[in-house]
Amino acid sequence: MTKIATRDAYGRALAQLGGENQDIVVLDADLAKSTKTIDFAKVYPERFFDMGIAEQNLIGVSAGLAAAGKIPFASTFAMFATGRAFEQIRNSVAYPKLNVKIAATHAGISVGEDGASHQTVEDIALMRAIPNMTVVVPADGIETEAVIRWAASYSGPVYIRLGRLAVPVLYDENYRFEWGKAVTLCSGKDVTFIAAGLMVAMAMEAAELLSAEGIEAEVLNIHTIKPIDAEAICASVQRTGAVVTAEEHSIIGGLGSAVAEVLAEHYPAPLERVGLKDTFGESGKPNELFEKYGLTKEALVAAAKKAVGRKK
Amino acid sequence: MEQALQQRLEQTARQLRRHIISMTHGASSGHPGGSLSATDIVTALFFHEMRVDPQNPRWPSRDRFILSKGHAAPVLYAALAEKGFFPVEELPNLRRTGHFLQGHPDMKKVPGVDMSTGSLGQGISAAVGMALALELDKSDARVWAVLGDGELQEGQVWEAAMAAAHYKLDRLTAFVDLNKLQIDGPVEKVMSCLPVKEKFEAFGWNVLEIDGHSFEQIIDAIEQAKATKGRPTCIVAHTVKGKGVSFMENQVGWHGSAPNAEQAQQALKELQ
Repeated sequence: MTKIATRDAYGRALAQLGGENQDIVVLDADLAKSTKTIDFAKVYPERFFDMGIAEQNLIGVSAGLAAAGKIPFASTFAMFATGRAFEQIRNSVAYPKLNVKIAATHAGISVGEDGASHQTVEDIALMRAIPNMTVVVPADGIETEAVIRWAASYSGPVYIRLGRLAVPVLYDENYRFEWGKAVTLCSGKDVTFIAAGLMVAMAMEAAELLSAEGIEAEVLNIHTIKPIDAEAICASVQRTGAVVTAEEHSIIGGLGSAVAEVLAEHYPAPLERVGLKDTFGESGKPNELFEKYGLTKEALVAAAKKAVGRKK
Repeated sequence: MEQALQQRLEQTARQLRRHIISMTHGASSGHPGGSLSATDIVTALFFHEMRVDPQNPRWPSRDRFILSKGHAAPVLYAALAEKGFFPVEELPNLRRTGHFLQGHPDMKKVPGVDMSTGSLGQGISAAVGMALALELDKSDARVWAVLGDGELQEGQVWEAAMAAAHYKLDRLTAFVDLNKLQIDGPVEKVMSCLPVKEKFEAFGWNVLEIDGHSFEQIIDAIEQAKATKGRPTCIVAHTVKGKGVSFMENQVGWHGSAPNAEQAQQALKELQ
């Protein structure tokens, strides 16, 4: 199976878009080689601004560029973009609804060896709480390129959560990204997996395991976490009657919470949340950390069975 | 400096100061002290220097103004109204529910406001971004920012200062309204930001030091800033908090409290 990191797809998309739209500018905070904004910087150095290790200013300068008509993509690690510069995003970007794209990489525990200081598991929660903010978590490289292209055409703040780790390619070149519309990757009648980011591929594998045991799982890739596709969630749950959310993020405030809000308001159903259980990560190889923190296909299978067992 | 210009600016500044008193009194809240200290700087910029068009507030070639010390919103609103961006009759609606004059500047609501500010330290970063954008567009528009001295305690100011010099943003000028007082007391006692001049110089800026209530010095500094190439200019303006109202001058208590009816009446009398 072909694998590509969403950050690699991001760099490629930026370099392409840069030629199509002269208003696109890219900013980084001394991590261009890691976030892959270097791909853009190499081709369009005059439209690339390194802000140094100064994330608050990175976001503030992006806001100013947007206020003067540019389309800034601001990148650094997700931890520092959404954590260090949270209030700058809230007050300088989202409140005036400026056209800033915060494309942050190295989200979640798949950062690996760098450890908990660099592994944000709270960024979706933080970004989702801000009015005017859109939150998108692409599942693979193809979807990432489509999201970046869409973000450049959309007027307003967007948070795009990207990863360090190479992840399986799920889509082909014909994929069309539709903002706010969940994608049903496989249909089933017994349980719905609602997943984002690298957990989508894992949910697909879990669905296969379950099918061998006679349980038919539906898999929704909910790339847009805000605004969330409540209609698709409810439609699926009406068929299956049980839900498992899967995210590489804390179950507090992230996708699991967003889905819980939808279900509680519109269609109460058994829900199991797979994600970080109110804990920080640690140093280690990504796969070992997935194992330790319960982000595996086996954990998804167990959660699905539990959710199915809770059906009335 | 021409006497006619001097007189016109003094008259305008008095008018803006009267608005500040009336607005904060009407709202029973707001920040008169720091609005009054920045009034002469704002007057010189809006009524002498800046290229703006009240009929076309989003004109791409306009000069930009960023009130990084956003709590001085009353002086900015007064200037914008007198300039014709919106009717002067709107000023009494400062801070009222359902009206557009927010407690701190909101670029989405108030015509002529180039950046939403209020959280200190953030406006100067936006000013850097605007200067970068205008540079890319090969525009001749300039960017003017006003910071407070207490605001210099925010680390972000220095991140922005570093970036402005690094990118040689000579179209950017930042005034520091050095009125020496912040909410908790004298800046020197709360958290000294001195020496301001040497700090900005160390960050690579051209720095001028002036009396922030002398139009001659303000305008002379503006001209020097415009003539400076290859680096941004910081104008350290020594000011008096509460300037123009005897009982407010140099009084920390007037940072964030509004005059009552009697006090407003006396202040307006002094500002005739």
